[in-house]
Amino acid sequence: MPDTLTRFIFGRLTLESLPLHEPIVVATFIAVALGGIALLGVITYFKLWTYLWREWFTSVDHKKIGIMYMVLGLVMLLRGFSDAIMMRLQQAIAFNGSEGYLNSHHYDQIFTAHGVIMIFFVAMPFVTGLMNFVVPLQIGARDVSFPFLNNFSFWMTVGGAILVMASLFVGEFARTGWLAYPPLSGIGYSPDVGVDYYIWALQVAGVGTTLSGINLICTIIKMRAPGMTMMRMPVFTWTSLCTNVLIVASFPVLTAVLAMLSLDRYVGTNFFTNDFGGNPMMYVNLIWIWGHPEVYILILPLFGVFSEVTSTFSGKRLFGYTSMVYATVVITILSYLVWLHHFFTMGSGASVNSFFGITTMIISIPTGAKIFNWLFTMYRGRIRFELPMMWTVAFMLTFTVGGMTGVLLAVPPADFVLHNSLFLIAHFHNVIIGGVLFGLFAGIAYWWPKAFGFKLDPFWGKVSFWCWVVGFWFAFMPLYVLGLMGVTRRMRVFDDPSLQIWFVIAAFGAVLIAFGIAAFLIQIFVSIRRREALADPTGDPWDGRTLEWSTSSPPPAYNFAFMPVIRDNDAWFDMKQAGYVRPLAGFKPIHMPRNTGTGMILAAFSVALGFGMIWYIWWLAALSFVCLIATAIGHTFNYNRDFHISAAEVTRTEEARTTLLAVRG
Amino acid sequence: MASTAITAGTEPVFHLEEEHAHAEGGSTMLGFWLYLMSDCLIFAMLFAAYGVLGGNYAAGPAPKDLFDLDLVAVNTAMLLFSSITYGFAMLTMDKGRVAATQAWLAVTGLFGLAFLSIELYEFSHMIHEGATPQRSAFLSSFFTLVGTHGLHVTFGIVWLVTLMTQVARFGLIEANRRRLMCLSMFWHFLDVVWIGVFTFVYLMGMLR
Repeated sequence: MPDTLTRFIFGRLTLESLPLHEPIVVATFIAVALGGIALLGVITYFKLWTYLWREWFTSVDHKKIGIMYMVLGLVMLLRGFSDAIMMRLQQAIAFNGSEGYLNSHHYDQIFTAHGVIMIFFVAMPFVTGLMNFVVPLQIGARDVSFPFLNNFSFWMTVGGAILVMASLFVGEFARTGWLAYPPLSGIGYSPDVGVDYYIWALQVAGVGTTLSGINLICTIIKMRAPGMTMMRMPVFTWTSLCTNVLIVASFPVLTAVLAMLSLDRYVGTNFFTNDFGGNPMMYVNLIWIWGHPEVYILILPLFGVFSEVTSTFSGKRLFGYTSMVYATVVITILSYLVWLHHFFTMGSGASVNSFFGITTMIISIPTGAKIFNWLFTMYRGRIRFELPMMWTVAFMLTFTVGGMTGVLLAVPPADFVLHNSLFLIAHFHNVIIGGVLFGLFAGIAYWWPKAFGFKLDPFWGKVSFWCWVVGFWFAFMPLYVLGLMGVTRRMRVFDDPSLQIWFVIAAFGAVLIAFGIAAFLIQIFVSIRRREALADPTGDPWDGRTLEWSTSSPPPAYNFAFMPVIRDNDAWFDMKQAGYVRPLAGFKPIHMPRNTGTGMILAAFSVALGFGMIWYIWWLAALSFVCLIATAIGHTFNYNRDFHISAAEVTRTEEARTTLLAVRG
Repeated sequence: MASTAITAGTEPVFHLEEEHAHAEGGSTMLGFWLYLMSDCLIFAMLFAAYGVLGGNYAAGPAPKDLFDLDLVAVNTAMLLFSSITYGFAMLTMDKGRVAATQAWLAVTGLFGLAFLSIELYEFSHMIHEGATPQRSAFLSSFFTLVGTHGLHVTFGIVWLVTLMTQVARFGLIEANRRRLMCLSMFWHFLDVVWIGVFTFVYLMGMLR
């Protein structure tokens, strides 16, 4: 075949692009391929394809989409953590002239992929999944405002994840660090496909994130049950609202800045180049204008989770509800006024640095107010130390330390010493693991019975808890020490042998965390096996206070047979207090949206578009773009998008629940 | 706690017996507004980039060497007229006159096409003179900002044609009215962005 034809068909994709010379990647590929084939085999053997397609992939039910987001987050957590433990191992052994076991080409991809995956494809899907599942139930809605868009958003996030995973086996990932600063990420210094994988994965996933943000804002503003004023919304819904406002007001910035970087790389423009008037520091400014709100996007919903958990397991109304809401809103606003603290060393002068240092310190005030609110909620409460509460207490202890090192870094002169050191790495892992991840585990343990109708096994949950918490302290406290000694981030080999012991301790912590993840997976497996013993027929296993606990577990497709009327904060607690009796008759047909596969098809074309652009396969990019637009337009010609669940079916579902409650009663 | 003290003696109400379902598309306008604001942020970033880089000519051509204000004035007029005619389309839609609505939409589309043609002519002229997007950071940010706006107008026209087909097939039903409202907001939004481009890029560029 003539060379030009090959280049036309495959772009710059050749057999050499496959990383066959990297034994670690080859072994991983074989393992993933075998696992994948086994999974596909099992699905085919049990004839689950139709079920998955009808009930899950094409579903517009916010609960199912939420669960799918959580599955995506869990799968990607395994990938992101593999990267982490490989780094820990490398750094623990690369001393005394040893090069370790990872070459620099591979190591640089690993630390980039670890950051990108953990933020965009672990934390974001987990947080979005939790909000998707819980928010409509908490506000008494039957679904989100735009159910089809919700399904589409999910598949776009999956599309981004697929591109990141593809980079492991076809070509390579970026070697630039997780924010891909130019000029390193420019075409001159990174001519390979790595940065292009980065760009297209984030652009595809970013569309999903922005749309899901718009969707949830509309849901919270427009779909609340009668009587639920803004100041009667559960705190989790409040924090979700603020997070989604942040998403809509920050992800377009990421889209724009990545688009400019792509133009530099594809067209040869000069936004961030060193010559022809380009300005690389503009990239750093713009990406952190997205990046700082992003960290609050991640943590705010978990602040909501902790509020719900503390209140429920202390058996008390949340202390300082109003101050909690205001603190959340203040954090939302302040998160836009601190971005420059990520690069005090840029040299913008004392006044600018002082401004951003002070705003950064101010953010700790509303955050501190929240900690005190939780403590006062626990004060004189009847605290039940079940799993979600254990995670919450661990969070309060861990996160406070992370917050204090954050305030330390906010002092510009101190930051000049600690900038890009392992102290910074320890700080943000301290708040992200101690805040976001602990919160997610609390949330998962708390709402799992709502999603599936049985509790998680507490024994394996506690094993996981202790491994995670102790492992975290072992893994990251040494990094504070190393950072204070001046060790910078992203190093592959070390000269000073006296540092090694700290890296060995950190690696030991990472192994403990690995046990924690394993115990979490075992917990899920064991709980599914023991689901009869752990079953919760009441729908209200924790003596909950908010509306989601008033439905059955799992909730019916329509969530609420009758539209609830809200009279107070903690609506379900109020209903229980006031002698609520479940209605048993008089059900009416319920209007619901219809499932559709269009979201998945659109996302598939987006992945093909991204793949074509990454490898310069222009025909593929053009073709998938045309198909994308045509499918989207075609979808608008379908006006028949909803149906009614008949009154008979609602009655049947509700009677089944009555029987279940009676058997227990 | 006032809310729990519902007048003593009456049974507390926990749910609605009869619900007026959330009107279909009740969130669409709010959702579309939010989308527009997110799009507005993309433009804000491009304006910011132009603000930072707009003076970096790299010894290449400057706005005074390139911009033809007469041409841009004609171009601006095309877009402003298209907004007015879209307004007329909405007025006739309110009266339920399908043919008139379609006619005004078609006129709007033609003005949009005229705008795009003039813009493409301007671009090709500049590139022909060596003022390519690669020439300097000023030109990179200029082409990206103005080009992104042009791309939006292109999508607006594709959307307009789609909606005209749908109105022709299904009439001015509720869903189509809602869609025309959304496109209306989109179209006027592009107008507002263009006012920013015209002022900030072209007029201020000539003053530099």
